[in-house]
Amino acid sequence: MTITGIAAIGAGIAVIGAGMGIGRIGGSAMEAIARQPEAAGKIQTAMIIAAALIEGAALFAVVVSLLVA
Amino acid sequence: MRFSRFFRIHTIVTLLVFAASAFISPLQLRASTDTTAVTDTTATQAEEKFNPVDMIMHHISDAHDWHLFDLTGENGELHPVSIPLPVILVTDGHVDVFMSSAFHHGHSEVVKSDRTYKLDHGHVVETSGKSVTDLSITKNVASMLLSVILLVSLFGAAGASYRKNGLGAPKGVAKILEPLVVYVRDEIAIPNIGEKKYARYMPYLLTAFFFIWINNLLGLIPGGANFTGNIAVTLTLAVITMIITNVSGTKTYWGHIFTPHVPKGLYPIMIPVEVIGVLSKPFALTIRLFANITAGHIIILSLVALIFIFKNIALAPVSVAFVLFISCLELLVAALQAYVFTLLSALFIGLALEEPHHEHGTEHAHH
Repeated sequence: MTITGIAAIGAGIAVIGAGMGIGRIGGSAMEAIARQPEAAGKIQTAMIIAAALIEGAALFAVVVSLLVA
Repeated sequence: MRFSRFFRIHTIVTLLVFAASAFISPLQLRASTDTTAVTDTTATQAEEKFNPVDMIMHHISDAHDWHLFDLTGENGELHPVSIPLPVILVTDGHVDVFMSSAFHHGHSEVVKSDRTYKLDHGHVVETSGKSVTDLSITKNVASMLLSVILLVSLFGAAGASYRKNGLGAPKGVAKILEPLVVYVRDEIAIPNIGEKKYARYMPYLLTAFFFIWINNLLGLIPGGANFTGNIAVTLTLAVITMIITNVSGTKTYWGHIFTPHVPKGLYPIMIPVEVIGVLSKPFALTIRLFANITAGHIIILSLVALIFIFKNIALAPVSVAFVLFISCLELLVAALQAYVFTLLSALFIGLALEEPHHEHGTEHAHH
């Protein structure tokens, strides 16, 4: 179990978190659009912004893994 | 007319500030993108195992010449083809300027009177150990200057067309730029900063938005430089946002940081937390942009490297299809990261401009 291997596992775990978070956002956005199709534009914008911020957090972890490995 | 000249002067000034600050960027934090993984060096000369890490790091890192491609010579050796860039070094008060072709891709040393320079993994070192200040026009700086020329010419042309045609329907390049500028004003600046004060910050927000977007896009072109994936660059942008935010801070803003509305016993905890909050926002901006862009480039390069790892041309259609998909995603990310950076900058500026609202507690007695 080298440090490089552990760093890779760490990056993978961080991506699981990001995937779950963005999946939830996508799901809520779909439901919201289904309820109110005319608000689709605003919901989509808000969804993209939230996804970008969560991805930022996941990439913090990727950066740490890259630094370690 | 005054409106567009105001924009133009401030846009140019801000761009020049960026240009000046990038001369400092080669100095600091270059190593952060240079951290090469320790790969096992069991590959001998005879096997010539393809090392994707070296290839990827070479494409992501900054360099003193703009490497384009390699030509294979008769004996199988590789002749690199690259555009040499000026190397500007300051050692012991002496300024040495020469073209990076003098290094012959790391094979030669450059002697200037009593100073001898050589390239060590992309860094210029002086052989007798003197400390060197490297102010070279590296690949990233050259890419930035290219994007600055592009931006100034695009927006200069747009401004000139408004001056000539008045504020009617736009003509020429203003036709594509006006909806974008109006978008930044109506969806990013006004909702976050407010109707009364947003105009002062529009030049910076517009500069940040278009500068980051154009540089993200230039980095995606094959042979382009990974400019916004350089942590020194994103740090500079985030520090500029931090300076603008805190210089615009009202008394209420600083009051909330140093005298938060909590019982006085919690001050030793809350004040460090608030101060860290002031610093963590630009840190997040830095890392978000850097990691998104660099990770995108690494993914694209890794998928292309698949062909070379398997040494099989049959893999090429699959690899190219993946690369095409990821490149489209990266186009979205390029615009999105510019938008998110600008949005968060506007948000932080808006937070710093908060006016005293009705205080909680006893002060209601006065009203």
